[in-house]
Amino acid sequence: MEFQFQFDWQAAIDSIPFLIEGIPYTLMISFGGLIIGFGLGIFFGLLSINKNWFLRWPATAYIEIFRGTPILVQVLFIFYGLPDLIGAPIEPLTAGIAAIALNSGAYISEVVRGGVQSIDKGQTEAGLSLGLSRNQTFWSIVWPQAFRRMIPPLGNQAIVSIKDTSLFSVIGVGELVRQGQIYIANTFTAFEVYFVVAILYLCITLTLSIILRFVERRGLASV
Amino acid sequence: MTDIVNMKGMNKYFGPLHVLKEIDLTVAKGEVVVVIGASGSGKSTLIRCVNGLEEFESGELTVDGHPLAPRSGNPQSLAEIRKEVGMVFQQFNLFPHLTVKQNIMLAPKKVKDASQSEASEIAERLLNRVGIGNQADKYPTHLSGGQQQRVAIARALAMDPRLMLFDEPTSALDPEMIGEVLDVMRELAKEGMTMMVVTHEMGFAREVADRVIYIHEGRIVEEGKPADVFDNPQNERTQAFLSRVLAH
Repeated sequence: MEFQFQFDWQAAIDSIPFLIEGIPYTLMISFGGLIIGFGLGIFFGLLSINKNWFLRWPATAYIEIFRGTPILVQVLFIFYGLPDLIGAPIEPLTAGIAAIALNSGAYISEVVRGGVQSIDKGQTEAGLSLGLSRNQTFWSIVWPQAFRRMIPPLGNQAIVSIKDTSLFSVIGVGELVRQGQIYIANTFTAFEVYFVVAILYLCITLTLSIILRFVERRGLASV
Repeated sequence: MTDIVNMKGMNKYFGPLHVLKEIDLTVAKGEVVVVIGASGSGKSTLIRCVNGLEEFESGELTVDGHPLAPRSGNPQSLAEIRKEVGMVFQQFNLFPHLTVKQNIMLAPKKVKDASQSEASEIAERLLNRVGIGNQADKYPTHLSGGQQQRVAIARALAMDPRLMLFDEPTSALDPEMIGEVLDVMRELAKEGMTMMVVTHEMGFAREVADRVIYIHEGRIVEEGKPADVFDNPQNERTQAFLSRVLAH
């Protein structure tokens, strides 16, 4: 029997409305997680450059643990493991957001650390010698400059985290990949559907790239 | 008490390195003191101790009546001192994310709670004074080195300092821009500003300084009126240093 594969355009197009239902979940998990992750990143990133060893080590521990273990294991642990500990189930959506937050937070901590440390010491000295407090010097002089340098790696992390949400199909969040799997189970059009899923991810990440490039150019223009 | 700066038996170490040795130095109100010496002699470290950018390990330091304890042991004094002492750096250290005018307005607003219009007024007045009133809305990187350093001076002056520290203010400048910065400093001195200046500009030191201090390996080895130090140095190390720097 001769095997001939034909890309079924109609099947691909038909799948789009169902697949698109997953996009809000993908976006909610990734951006919800990233916003919290950014907060964690600022907190632990700044802790990690503290002179005081006692304050520094929790940051180091957090960063190493969440960078050093797979995000899939992290989300499985949160979704299946943690309920045993707290004695209550955790919503898949919550588990997903928590996993992205904790995981991206660890990477963003390093981005924050690198960004802050890249600012010349002379900037801090100039601020202090003008009579500004350490806090004022940091937040009005060092941080705005560091943040500008952090935009490219933060954008990079956002794209990585968006793609990471695809792993959360395993805990049953109705995000893009999960929607695809459900659809394929009924239609057996795996090639077409995963192709569309990939394109939809690309639409999200490319849009983000374009926005970031714009933001970056505006940020750099004023320096 | 008319001494703005008073150092007694001050010692400073960088790890095992003894960079300032038993420094005794006073700077009177209105006095211009120029500190000279080879690189690595400790002259920059000396003036950086005055506003606490460097800690010292032992001895006494009082700035405008505020005593500083060794190892930054007196944070309240330090905060007061920094409000009253302006500093100009070799690398300008302007804030690149702020315009020239915003650079100058920042400290009056944050430290002295000046209103936007008060701070703006201060900035305009000082920019005119240093001769770059027309560059207010540019970002520092769009200015020449000489202009940037003049902005840095204006920024320090915005806090109405009782003492100005200059840490090699012309060493990072192209030769043709040194004059414009020295002119501003000369004006300041004429108006009675108390100044401590670390510089290699011997002509400026001779002309503007009330007193010249020569530092060698962390120790003050010669101190006196510029004419005496330059024309009739007593210490052989000063003689050797001056013959090297004045030869060209």
